[in-house]
Amino acid sequence: MSDSTVLELRDRLKNALLMIDYRTVREVLTGDHPGMTPFQRVEYLIVPVLEQIGTGWENGEYSLSQVYMSGRICEEVVDMILPPSDPSRIRQPKMAIVTLEDYHVLGKRIVYSALRASGYELGNYGQMQASDLVRRVVADRLQILLISVLMLPSALHVKDVVGGLQEAKHPVKIIVGGAPFHFDQQLWREVGADAFGETATDAVRIVHQLMEELA
Amino acid sequence: MNAKPMTPLQRVLTTLGHQEPDRVPMFLLLTMHGAKELGLSIREYFSSADNVVEGQVRMQKKYHNDCFYNFFYASIEVEAFGGQTIFRDDGPPNAAEPVIQKREDILKLQVPDLAKAPGIQQVLAAHRLLKDHAAGEIPIIGVVMSPFSLPVMQMGFEAYFDLIYEAPELFQRLMAVNEAFCVAWANAQLEAGATAICFFDPVSSQTMITPEQYRTLSQPIAKRTIARIQGPTATHFASGRCLSIVDDVADTGTAIIGISADESPAELKAKSNKRLSLLGNLNGIEMRRWTAQDAEAAVKAIIADAGAGGGLILSDNHGEIPFQVESETLQAVSAAVQEWGRYPLKWSR
Ligand code: B12
Repeated sequence: MSDSTVLELRDRLKNALLMIDYRTVREVLTGDHPGMTPFQRVEYLIVPVLEQIGTGWENGEYSLSQVYMSGRICEEVVDMILPPSDPSRIRQPKMAIVTLEDYHVLGKRIVYSALRASGYELGNYGQMQASDLVRRVVADRLQILLISVLMLPSALHVKDVVGGLQEAKHPVKIIVGGAPFHFDQQLWREVGADAFGETATDAVRIVHQLMEELA
Repeated sequence: MNAKPMTPLQRVLTTLGHQEPDRVPMFLLLTMHGAKELGLSIREYFSSADNVVEGQVRMQKKYHNDCFYNFFYASIEVEAFGGQTIFRDDGPPNAAEPVIQKREDILKLQVPDLAKAPGIQQVLAAHRLLKDHAAGEIPIIGVVMSPFSLPVMQMGFEAYFDLIYEAPELFQRLMAVNEAFCVAWANAQLEAGATAICFFDPVSSQTMITPEQYRTLSQPIAKRTIARIQGPTATHFASGRCLSIVDDVADTGTAIIGISADESPAELKAKSNKRLSLLGNLNGIEMRRWTAQDAEAAVKAIIADAGAGGGLILSDNHGEIPFQVESETLQAVSAAVQEWGRYPLKWSR
């Protein structure tokens, strides 16, 4: 497949996502593109296009609802072309995402969709308190835990999660994100996280990096 | 030389007229800290007007604050619609389960009767009491959520986004209910003693929607609502970004714009071109670990950036300082404003 065809497909995909045009998205992603495996469609079409939309949102070109809907639509189509049971889904290292304490799940939802749309398989723990979360991470033998928060006190309680996991001697990489970590760029280190991401695109990038480290 | 210092209200009115008062006015927007002052839990503190008034009076004196800030918590409006609030000991209360569970519920939604909402009544009682304490010298700030931002708490974010795209008629119906509520609630606060209303509209910030969406979806609602509020308003984006929509915000008729630490006061001041005064933009989250020197540097930076000629009220960038910020830090902020905020600002030129 030539570079210009890939670029053209990306453009079509992006426009369809921005228009929330599910049919065209499905057409582009399931169409007859010889030589392009389902995983390559994810890698060469979805990942860069979601990144472009994320950047467009940061620049004020697109809205958060477009970011959110794009992630969800891609997630759905990826479930078709690369079913959760497909061996080429990236399911190692074991990871999950959670909203710590807060009643705001949209941030987590956006990150979760972006990761799944990028071919990763991960658990969704919903909203949890620190102590329950520690038990669950240990029981599930997670290697990567993504934590999303909205309120400052919840961000500070990431410390309790880190402490609990250390006590349990369970090694796990913790990636955090959400408004408090944006406004205080030192906070992620202070609470003992391993990494911090501003956006869903960052989450995909960091997970990719950690995977290489853990491999 | 001015012999008599201005009252906080004179100071604020002068700066809003884009003139230099005796010094830069400072709004320390403290809510939960009142509970610390009184040795109460956050839940107990907000359960009665008397507590909040006592807290505000003590904190105004302690920090030489240029306002009383009569804000309990955002979810108090959700309570008026029949919803619940969840309290925690170390941070702000949050709205519990959405009151609008499915879209059709919007058809049945009624404008709440303020008289039947106990939380709202406590806020109004606090305004009446604060009015006596203010003696016409200290502005009292009341708070409302904008009709466009409230639905996140009424129905949840995802359902609200879907509604905007998929059911424009129901969206309009929800806006009509919220607009009627917002106007009644704001005017009741003004009647009870509030000097001005802070119109919280973070969902309209660029952090959430595009400037284009602001213009077509949200700004017309804000404009209509603000026109019906019988007092001055400050539009606050709660630390969401707003540089690209400044002109449209000014067109709503609001007097003040609450600005984010993510944006430059100088740029916003230039862009608003005396149509708006700025309120901000100390980073409240970071403030938690500031030293006195950090506080001083942050205050100086804002004043140097946007203080000259008035049109600036120094404040945090969210409209509520986090519970974790220590009293010493607040003292340091206040001292820095006293020291470096005095007009004329010879040092910053
Ligand atoms: C819009 C808004 C509101 C709206 C809606 C909020 C909501 N979700 O319920 C309204 C008006 C209702 C509101 C009210 C309040 N708010 Co408000 N609000 C905001 C604002 C401007 C945006 C928040 C938002 O929803 N963003 C959209 C979501 C999707 O973004 P996100 O969660 O950050 O997720 C993105 C990234 O952070 C990242 N991400 C998220 N999680 C993760 C995880 C990982 C691992 C990674 C890598 C990335 C990542 O990816 C996502 C997509 O890019 C922020 C300030 C800001 N600039 O962010 C304040 C803010 C969240 N509010 C705040 C507060 C305190 C409140 C109130 C409690 C005030 C009060 N006393 O009543 C209420 C509570 C409301 C409630 N639900 O009961 C504070 C919270 C921090 C604090 N001080 O403790 C903030 C941060 C403001 C501030 N600077 O202090 N608010």
